[in-house]
Amino acid sequence: MDTILSVAGVSKTYASGQRALHPVDLDIRRGEIFALLGPNGAGKTTLISIICGIVTPSTGTITVMGHDALTDFKSARRVIGLVPQELSVDMFETVLATVKFSRRLFGRSAHDAHIEQVLRDLSLWDKRHAKIMELSGGMKRRVLIAKALSHEPDILFLDEPTAGVDVALRRDMWKLVHRLRANGTTIILTTHYIEEAEEMADRVGVIDKGKLILVEDKAALMKKLGKRQMRITLSDPIAAVPPELADWDVKLKEGQLVYSFNAEDEHIPELLAKLGALGVGYKDLETSKSSLEDIFVGLVERDAAA
Amino acid sequence: MNSASTKAPAINTHGIWAIYRFEMARALRTLWQSLVTPVITTSLYFVVFGGALGSQIKQVDGVPYGAFIVPGLIMLSLLTQSISNASIGIYFPKFTGTMFELLSAPVAPMELVVGFVGAAATKSIVLGLIILGTASLFVPLHIVHPFAMLTFLLLTSVTFSLFGFIIGVWAKGFEQLNFVPALLVTPLTFLGGSFYPISVLPEPWHTISLFNPVVYLISGFRWAFFGRGDVPVAISLGVTALFLVACLGVISWIFRTGWRLKN
Ligand SMILES: Nc1ncnc2c1ncn2[C@@H]1O[C@H](COP(=O)(O)OP(=O)(O)OP(=O)(O)O)[C@@H](O)[C@H]1O
Ligand SMILES: [Mg+2]
Repeated sequence: MDTILSVAGVSKTYASGQRALHPVDLDIRRGEIFALLGPNGAGKTTLISIICGIVTPSTGTITVMGHDALTDFKSARRVIGLVPQELSVDMFETVLATVKFSRRLFGRSAHDAHIEQVLRDLSLWDKRHAKIMELSGGMKRRVLIAKALSHEPDILFLDEPTAGVDVALRRDMWKLVHRLRANGTTIILTTHYIEEAEEMADRVGVIDKGKLILVEDKAALMKKLGKRQMRITLSDPIAAVPPELADWDVKLKEGQLVYSFNAEDEHIPELLAKLGALGVGYKDLETSKSSLEDIFVGLVERDAAA
Repeated sequence: MNSASTKAPAINTHGIWAIYRFEMARALRTLWQSLVTPVITTSLYFVVFGGALGSQIKQVDGVPYGAFIVPGLIMLSLLTQSISNASIGIYFPKFTGTMFELLSAPVAPMELVVGFVGAAATKSIVLGLIILGTASLFVPLHIVHPFAMLTFLLLTSVTFSLFGFIIGVWAKGFEQLNFVPALLVTPLTFLGGSFYPISVLPEPWHTISLFNPVVYLISGFRWAFFGRGDVPVAISLGVTALFLVACLGVISWIFRTGWRLKN
């Protein structure tokens, strides 16, 4: 496996005594989209800030494309782009000036064609001479993305890129992420919108109370933990679940029989055969799978109970 | 698009240059006030001290009073402006949150200092020369040691820009930014012989003045202008250098510990 970024034993206790991260081990693969999920205060921003050099880790090491992020921080940092959670921008600068500034700050010589491409991709080209204070919040966030992409990073961190962004822009952002991935950029993002992780990520990490409690391929995670349901709309209402169906997890809800099962352990044909044998008629069948959100809430609850 | 990751060059010249230009651009946005304010202030000093007092005092130390106050006037602006330029330069990113980008960039601490302090010192030097030019409109000036004058100008600007950088890192609010210049540097400059030679002070004030580091700066600068100062020029140079080294020491400690910059 080609690892582009390796985090080993990284923990953080802030000066206030707040334990924000317990030792975390995490390997990010080249070219993947990794989604970091977790409730408010879980430690997502702390972990990203440590990797990017903004926060000093209490313990642990970070290796970025073979370079130690603490001792050889220049080699490590110049391949990383960061879009922070907070909208921190230079209000008095123009869009173009601030994006060019970022490129130079990261040690790259001017490359106007690339800057233009980035600004066009983010629909900011028309606004390039505008002062940042004249832009809306969503546009400011795009300026931050343009700054992070200005130096052509191999690894891009997006800390809640779509917080406070409207639906159309969110779709644009997803497209951009897919385009970047197609170009070989590795992307690590945090989000509270589970459908975002579901839509974009190859792998998902769940962090809660400073502990990385799970790292899994998104598809495998959905499969392993995804609860499925089948709703059976009956031809004639019945008063109670027939006792013959005790082998299945079936409940009666609003005149429908609801069968819950795990993706790996379904017995639909048997159930339908049994219903036929019992003479219970049905006119509609509908299956649904739980979203990552359900999985995630379940995980965090399980972690809290443990 | 993705290059193989090679080792970064030892010095990030693009990065230093970006910070330097950014800081200079900030001054150019307020060019008018950066130029007009010192010219008007200097002119006022000359009207009050040079004109009104100068007609009474005539000569100090064999130098016409109007000319005598020029080095002190320049120092006064140099110290306060170096501190305020450099402190605002580094405080502002902390205040707006854009500090994250500087911290996450492949820029070494000392490169950051070179960019910020270099720009602040440049502005101070330009300011010093503008004040000198304005002063020469009021009084005939003959500079005895022009090279030494420029050296002191440069050294003082750099040293106090470093000092300002430290204050900017230390400050947690805008009031604190003004605190040190207003409550420490301006009084020390006024009491440090800007407008009189400290030899005219009665004891114990004369001896007490020798504990004021600004005395040495002004004295050295005045020596460069007129060939005479309150203390030997070597001591002036030594005190300035000492302060420079002390500031560098504090700054390297700041970056080693991340004090008030990093969590
Ligand atoms: N500078 C700081 N000083 C002290 N504690 C901090 C600091 N920054 C964060 N914390 C604490 O560390 C913990 C983790 O915070 P962090 O910002 O990493 O969470 P997060 O997962 O990004 O949350 P969110 O989803 O709200 O952005 C929280 O308890 C937070 O209060
Ligand atoms: Mg966060």
